[in-house]
Amino acid sequence: MVVVNPGAVAAFGATEAVASLQPIVWHEPRDSYDVVIVGGGGHGLATAYYLATRHGITNVAVVEADYIASGNTGRNTTIIRANYAIPEAIRFYDHSMKLYEGLEAETGAAIFHRKKGHVWLAHSEMGMRTERARVLMNQAMGVNTELLGPAGVKALVPQIDLTGGGRYPVFGASHHVEAATARHDRVAWAYASGATSRGVHVIQHRPVTGLLRDGPGGRVLGVQTAAGPIHAGIVLSAVGGRVSQLAAMARVRLPVRTHPLHAFVTNDFEQGLAKIVASTELACYVSQTERGQMLIGAEFDSQPSFSRLSSFDALRSYAYKITRLLPFLRSMRILRTWAGLCDISADFSPIMGETGVDGFLITTGWGTWGFKAIPAGGEALAERIATGRTPALIAPFGLDRFRNELAMADQASAGTR
Amino acid sequence: MHTLDCPRCGRRPLDEFTFGGERRPTADWLTDPDERDFDDVWVFENPAGVATERWFHAAGCRRWLTVRRDTSVDRVLEVR
Repeated sequence: MVVVNPGAVAAFGATEAVASLQPIVWHEPRDSYDVVIVGGGGHGLATAYYLATRHGITNVAVVEADYIASGNTGRNTTIIRANYAIPEAIRFYDHSMKLYEGLEAETGAAIFHRKKGHVWLAHSEMGMRTERARVLMNQAMGVNTELLGPAGVKALVPQIDLTGGGRYPVFGASHHVEAATARHDRVAWAYASGATSRGVHVIQHRPVTGLLRDGPGGRVLGVQTAAGPIHAGIVLSAVGGRVSQLAAMARVRLPVRTHPLHAFVTNDFEQGLAKIVASTELACYVSQTERGQMLIGAEFDSQPSFSRLSSFDALRSYAYKITRLLPFLRSMRILRTWAGLCDISADFSPIMGETGVDGFLITTGWGTWGFKAIPAGGEALAERIATGRTPALIAPFGLDRFRNELAMADQASAGTR
Repeated sequence: MHTLDCPRCGRRPLDEFTFGGERRPTADWLTDPDERDFDDVWVFENPAGVATERWFHAAGCRRWLTVRRDTSVDRVLEVR
């Protein structure tokens, strides 16, 4: 037997890992809370967890339309990294990466966090300029990213074809040493168990159908659901996928479009791929899951939609490209494909904080980088809710930045396009 | 959604077309001129339902089409 993931096995034996799954406590729902969070994904649950643990606020409900982590938290490609291009984003994701590192120790739940390193390939001089700029900006911000030539790439990723099948030659790469992966639904469960054991309510299968308001244009006072209203001091939208519809209930209009993003996993690869390998120019990336499958993403449909069916065109397109770079993938089989709904903002950066409507906060725009942001996003929004002040870490990510001509264009840091 | 029925070229693969964005009027309840400018420049309606869009047949007749599409299931209803 080949041990694909010696790091995880050393940290947690299989029995220990299962044993370290903390139970989620299911409470009888009330009809009023201090804080109602709409959306039981990573961001919503993390916000509830940090409200309870950092601020002692436990009169909180997380209201989820389906089951927790049924949306993008359970559909992303589980990569944790901070090699962004603009200082505000690097600072934010670097903090998130550090919170992830401590999450197993803090919650006692195994999330299979594992440091791998993220190799971001360039296939042209233009691409190399982008990676060089990224490395310099990362190093200036204290993030460990180094520039590699083709030989350096080959040393880290021995399976790579540096000619890219004669079509996508590898000019070099940036190597983000601290990048990691973690088991995504376990992250949601860790936050859910930590929050509910302290008294937070998680209410599943309760779609929100409207917002309660103090007259038109007035404060948001809670949410309407099929099973009756739930009153709240503050409502946070942590919705993924249907955020434009929820915000519209408060007449908040968002610079967000929702695109399905496609991914697949193959059968197990015994030889092992140590690194996360990505290419922005080709809009594809690959890493190995804890059970040994090759996890390959991702391309989103150019047209927005709310369909979670895999698109054959997208699968064909990035399967073609990734097999030029890693020829061994040609002999592997696709086991499972899926799509998640990416809320992509106009400047490719997330939106967190005020909406301009009293009592209604938002965290959105997480399309393609939401998973890695879960701890930092949750911690910062919990602080905003508890103290009424927006933490400096997320202040640049307010919705008002578009009005103030302070948009933060960072498309080059998306793993896809 | 794998194909589009171009009125000039017939049923063609989606790869030949370029998505040109949603076409929408600015919300009539927005009266403040600054708010209307913000809306025009930045906001997407992003409907989960029927959207009217522009598509460009880049690898075909190179004309702009107006497409009505149900975004909740990604299905085309009408091409003009």
